[in-house]
Amino acid sequence: MKILAIDTSNHPMSVALVEDDQLLATTTLNMVRNHSIFLLPVIDDLFQKVQWQPQDLDRVVVAQGPGSYTGIRIAVTTAKVLADTLDIELTGVSSLKTVAANLPSATDALIVPFFDARRGNVFAGVYRWQDDQLVSVLPDQHLSMQALLDQLAKLEKPVLMAGELTDRLQKQLKTVPEQLKFLPAAFSIPSTYQLALLGEKAAPVKNIDAFVPQYLRITEAEAVWHHQHPDAPQQDYVREV
Amino acid sequence: MAKKNLILAFESSCDETSVAVIEDGQKILSNIVATQILSHQRFGGVVPEVASRHHIEQITKCIDKALNEAAVDYDDLSAVAVTYGPGLVGSLLVGVTAAKMVAWAHQLPLVPVNHMAGHLYAARFENQFAYPQLALLVSGGHTELVYMASEHEYEIIGETRDDAAGEAYDKIGRVLGVNYPAGKTIDEWAAKGSDTFHFPRAMEKEDNYDFSFSGLKSAFINTVHNANQRGQKLDKYDLAASFQQSVVDVLAEKTMRALSDYPVKQLILAGGVAANHGLRKRLERDLKEQHPEVELLMAPLKLCGDNAAMIGAAGWVNYLHGDRAGWDLNAVPGLSFARSNANPDLAIK
Repeated sequence: MKILAIDTSNHPMSVALVEDDQLLATTTLNMVRNHSIFLLPVIDDLFQKVQWQPQDLDRVVVAQGPGSYTGIRIAVTTAKVLADTLDIELTGVSSLKTVAANLPSATDALIVPFFDARRGNVFAGVYRWQDDQLVSVLPDQHLSMQALLDQLAKLEKPVLMAGELTDRLQKQLKTVPEQLKFLPAAFSIPSTYQLALLGEKAAPVKNIDAFVPQYLRITEAEAVWHHQHPDAPQQDYVREV
Repeated sequence: MAKKNLILAFESSCDETSVAVIEDGQKILSNIVATQILSHQRFGGVVPEVASRHHIEQITKCIDKALNEAAVDYDDLSAVAVTYGPGLVGSLLVGVTAAKMVAWAHQLPLVPVNHMAGHLYAARFENQFAYPQLALLVSGGHTELVYMASEHEYEIIGETRDDAAGEAYDKIGRVLGVNYPAGKTIDEWAAKGSDTFHFPRAMEKEDNYDFSFSGLKSAFINTVHNANQRGQKLDKYDLAASFQQSVVDVLAEKTMRALSDYPVKQLILAGGVAANHGLRKRLERDLKEQHPEVELLMAPLKLCGDNAAMIGAAGWVNYLHGDRAGWDLNAVPGLSFARSNANPDLAIK
């Protein structure tokens, strides 16, 4: 199975071409955040290097979020349009789970990938390895750093934190539970090889049209509106004219 | 069999997701438009993050419907065209990314299109273009006079210095309790009232082709607020008529002056506000009286708002002129035609 894997959820941008579990080529950029400019040239370059045609692809695997709204939209638009236009399979994988896969399956510790979501908040999930499979212990969520630490303290197990501890987040850390260890930055860079392997095992999405990023947050405008209109019926707000 | 000249066009610069298939730059085989107006009406205007989210929900549906309705396949296409600016960056990015992927996957040329050139080319579905040509482009985000000495050469000779005309409609609409987009309702109300308030005509007599609508907007809002404070209720039809008369006066007078300085074969009226009946009637009348030699081409009402058909028409011309984008094409939210400061009148003097 020929897989293209893409992750532009945050600062790093990563692309990999994987065939039958083997990594053929991968590129990761971790410089300016302008994924719109660099993503397709990198994909095109890798295809030329391994001499694939777009039509050779069997599946696109994409880190579906959470992350930067613009970032996950670029990856998800790229993936869903490519899968639709080539009529191939599409699989979405949590961007947090992708980072968790950086940790070796030999570890028994809980793995907590996190992204800075600004205003003292993070996107974070809790995972652990079980029989060489990454399983979710707590679902991906959007919460304050402190609330995350409180949740982790209750689990009473060793915890490995994988993410970029920005200055903003550092300021939120008051009491860090003893069993918790922040990993070096190297563990926070997503590997699209791992993403491809995770995506290969998952079932492809049934409805590509309905495939959207996992933002984990509704927009502020909608939150305010729902608050003011608690009884508003659910409806489709987009109409074809 | 000779390949047909087919463009698959994408438009997502604001709150409409649209994909179209255009033949020879002038025949619409399909034009799918998914509008988000209902959504943004909840907030009284377009919320960029909400708009971006809707675009990604709609994009593949629109592509598939456009191809199905046109009964064509990717192999039939000559090129892919896409709006890359101006507009909301998050919205633009969905269309740009989608167009890039379709072009790349099927090894098709990728043609970048300026959204304003797209608006202008909506009039191409009315008749052939003849040059030189002048266009009055009026929408929610833009108000500009564009001179085209020949095909594919765009030069802004006048533009708004503050609010776009459509923006002014939305803002005064809010004061009158009319939800976004307010243009259509204000236009209908204006037809039932008369210009009793005589709002200012900004920069009407100045020796340039620029517009300003923020003074008019403020005068309008002050008039309504002052009346409210005195407990007076003003006639909404007269308010709408007075506002519209001021907008139309300025647009028409500046356009007629530009036509005197720039002799052209055609005047184009396009953009969302080009659907305004007051403006259409006024330009028809003024042109007949002052420049009867100039042909008026108004974008069809159905194609005044944002749509991909117009992008396909403009994209076809760009394609013939060899415009190509690389795989690094990015959204350019502030994209604009070049501005000319040369006043031909002053140059002669």
